[in-house]
Amino acid sequence: MRYLPLTKADRVSMLETIGAKSVDELYSDVPEGALLSEPVDLPHHLGELQVERDMAKLAAKNMGTASVPSFLGAGAYRHHVPATVDYIIQRGEFLTAYTPYQPEIAQGTLQYLFEFQTQVASITGMDVANASMWDGATSCAEAVLMACRATRRKKAVLSGGLHPHYREVTETYCQYSDTEVAGRDGHPEKQATADELDDLIDDQTACVVVQYPDVFGRIQDHTKLADACHAKGALLIVVFTEAMAFGAVKSPGSFGADIVCGEGQSIGNNLNYGGPYVGLFATTSKLVRQMPGRLCGETVDQDGKRGFVLTLSTREQHIRREKATSNICTNSGLCSLAFTVHMSLLGEDGYRGVATLNHETACKTADAIDAVPGAEVVNDSFFNEFTVKLAKPAAEVVEALVAKGILGGVPLSRLYPNRDDLDHYMLVAATETNTDEDIADLASALKEVLA
Amino acid sequence: MSFTTHTGNRGLVLEEKLIFEQGEPGRTGVDLPKPAGIKSRLGGLDRDSDVGLPGLSEPQVVRHFTRLSQKNFGIDSGFFPLGSCTMKHNPRLNEKVARMPGLADLHPMQPESTVQGALELIDSCAHWLLVLTGMPAVSMSPAAGAQGELCGMMAIRAALDARGENRRRVLVPESAHGTNPATAAACGFTVDSIPATEDGRVDLAAFEAKLGDDVAGIMLTNPNTCGLFERDVRKIADLVHAAGGYFYCDGANFNAIVGRVRPADLGIDAMHINLHKTFSTPHGGGGPGSGPVVFSDALAPFAPIPYVVRKGEKFHLVETADEKDGNKPFGRLKGFHGQMGMFIRALSYMKSHGADGLRQASGDAVLNANYLLARLKDKLSVAFPGYCMHEALFDDDFLKDTGVSTLDLAKAIIDEGFHPMTMYFPLVVHGALLIEPTETETKESIDQFCDAVLALVAKAESGDAEFFKNAPYLTPRRRLDETAAARKPVLRWMPETA
Repeated sequence: MRYLPLTKADRVSMLETIGAKSVDELYSDVPEGALLSEPVDLPHHLGELQVERDMAKLAAKNMGTASVPSFLGAGAYRHHVPATVDYIIQRGEFLTAYTPYQPEIAQGTLQYLFEFQTQVASITGMDVANASMWDGATSCAEAVLMACRATRRKKAVLSGGLHPHYREVTETYCQYSDTEVAGRDGHPEKQATADELDDLIDDQTACVVVQYPDVFGRIQDHTKLADACHAKGALLIVVFTEAMAFGAVKSPGSFGADIVCGEGQSIGNNLNYGGPYVGLFATTSKLVRQMPGRLCGETVDQDGKRGFVLTLSTREQHIRREKATSNICTNSGLCSLAFTVHMSLLGEDGYRGVATLNHETACKTADAIDAVPGAEVVNDSFFNEFTVKLAKPAAEVVEALVAKGILGGVPLSRLYPNRDDLDHYMLVAATETNTDEDIADLASALKEVLA
Repeated sequence: MSFTTHTGNRGLVLEEKLIFEQGEPGRTGVDLPKPAGIKSRLGGLDRDSDVGLPGLSEPQVVRHFTRLSQKNFGIDSGFFPLGSCTMKHNPRLNEKVARMPGLADLHPMQPESTVQGALELIDSCAHWLLVLTGMPAVSMSPAAGAQGELCGMMAIRAALDARGENRRRVLVPESAHGTNPATAAACGFTVDSIPATEDGRVDLAAFEAKLGDDVAGIMLTNPNTCGLFERDVRKIADLVHAAGGYFYCDGANFNAIVGRVRPADLGIDAMHINLHKTFSTPHGGGGPGSGPVVFSDALAPFAPIPYVVRKGEKFHLVETADEKDGNKPFGRLKGFHGQMGMFIRALSYMKSHGADGLRQASGDAVLNANYLLARLKDKLSVAFPGYCMHEALFDDDFLKDTGVSTLDLAKAIIDEGFHPMTMYFPLVVHGALLIEPTETETKESIDQFCDAVLALVAKAESGDAEFFKNAPYLTPRRRLDETAAARKPVLRWMPETA
């Protein structure tokens, strides 16, 4: 077996040093009858060539987004990832390192985490960010739990514009901690007003959670909502699913948000059918000690040179055990490196440039769809994703588009299986990866399908 | 010869500023088409200020991260016996297949008809895990080991709720990893600690005495964090079941027994498997992980959404708790369907090894650890007698009277070119040194490590404590001031204010 270096002679001589007759003897603590004498009922080992062939067969049964015009979003976005990103994250010193427990030989990881934290704080407009969470949805849930700790209150108010998966994960995380989760259902054609949630905020409310841009693609100013929250002693949590947006729109920090968190997949990371992704989590200096997850901080070494370490770990499970701020341990290290490298390549001009390009592509796509009879873009505002109302049920339309070799959008019925009133709506996302030809193909296919 | 250079660089060890200190306005590492000048529809919220990102060209970015990488120690660099973390070789084949078109570029919200291969892959990965554990069901959702624990404990909570029982106490051995009590607390349980015996296992009598009708279950790591097999594991399972509780097994150390012992045969109800440990998906400097959870029949109906089911030749993804299939999912743990990229790598790893190779891998891991134990046991102080599993645990008794601590020794090991072992964990052992060589190391590399450790111990015994207090000497940075970092946290770069 190519990964196992011990030879028969090694094993014999090692057993002799140990003073055991066989490897089985080393397992003598295993209860009677539980030690298997033969391999389990699974195929035996294969060479690289065979494994690669098997995996390629599975890959060939899928329709990859890179092979067809694709307009899918709803929390995960296809962007161009520069070749440099994948090269850097495959360097063995990054790929095969672990959590930087020995900072003297992990300055590479620690320095990029410090850079990552700075980038995340910058794009969200917040004071500080942590070294990543698992994904956007778990970040949202952890933000709610953090708000409950910080305010010593037990009620969270979720906006109807929040991605339903984020809501579900938040409800799942809160269900056993006596935290009440309140909120309203959203609708793509009922414009949520700034005071949509006002009457739900009371003096028991720990936080209000809004998404920006929201799940239907709309962009709203949440300054008033922040004021309403703060007037009642609650925190405003602003969630996002598209980290590219902040290159084009004002940062949530500018509204007065207390926690800003969401999905960082868009930058540097492949779609990967849903994971691994990278949760971004930022807050104010005031709340930093309530934060979940790992934090990297600057310090000096014994020669006085600048260096970096994991810090404020007294919040964490390995020190605080059942009193920790979260049970998170391993986070999304390598995905945060991909984010950092991509963001470093973009820089100010690139980040804002690619955001503009996304928006312009989405504008062109929206206009092309609006011109199709039976399709209507319902958004007044959007970044790179918007909701389309269709004359036919959206799930059927999406399947019909697949038959024409186009991944046209996400039907809202997939996200809201119990909402009959949303059956005719579809989310469409357009990024810098979509060409004018893709847009024309989508529009003409949609025209045929809706005819 | 010791001297300082003009640049601060030392040969191949290059000083590297933060990207924020290198940027120049107008520089970029990407080329984009010119904007068309379309009027924005951003609701009047167009960004009107700089983000504050530095501009760097591609060659600068490549050089920056290459230099950073050279300040890191990975498995690819050398022997990395970090106990309980399982730093085994990460095959590059797995990286290659995870990047295949048709896998890496799949969107989680594609119609089911366009991802049949992906669903089959998840189902196939699940099948391997089920056969290896002997369990009837698995949830592939959890993002990492700690979320796997959350998944298992939430299923227990949901099962108790379904029984109408208000059991809130969870028994956790004091040797447990910190995530165990943190997870139990996150599920609304209270944690009751069980002491260890002289031989590093659960104190069966103390455990039995703590059982009662308010006990929800036990969270037991097996093989445990001392690197030992819990020989009373079946009795523990029987007792907790008889008391009406469930048995959550922390499967972090499944790599020691994979292909040789099926957890189902030990009486467990739930166990997470760290794909980044047992099945070698890369640790990546701290993630991403993946923590699928296997379930007994008693807990299976409560597994979270989403999950894959096979319907004839087709695969179906169940995404809503309302699907009328008799299950009662406790909720959703993650935005989408789990760490697909890790399933691909783990399946590639499992297929490469096969049933025979996985069995060989666990056997070699245990053999390597016992060999290391045998080589060091006369000079270092073994924490508990007998054979170990995949890792060897020592306490710091052998350093008594030398003035050298476990930490000091670890720092000196760094200068010898190895990643140190896990230090001060588990907490049940004073000044713990937990050493896990893994099966992918040669006898020669283990010998070299043991020789170096023995030489250092001799040096410590010779009274040269000062040498150890100041180690490491040869690293890009020497010991870092962690107290200062925590006292006045600097968590981001800030532009110098005039």
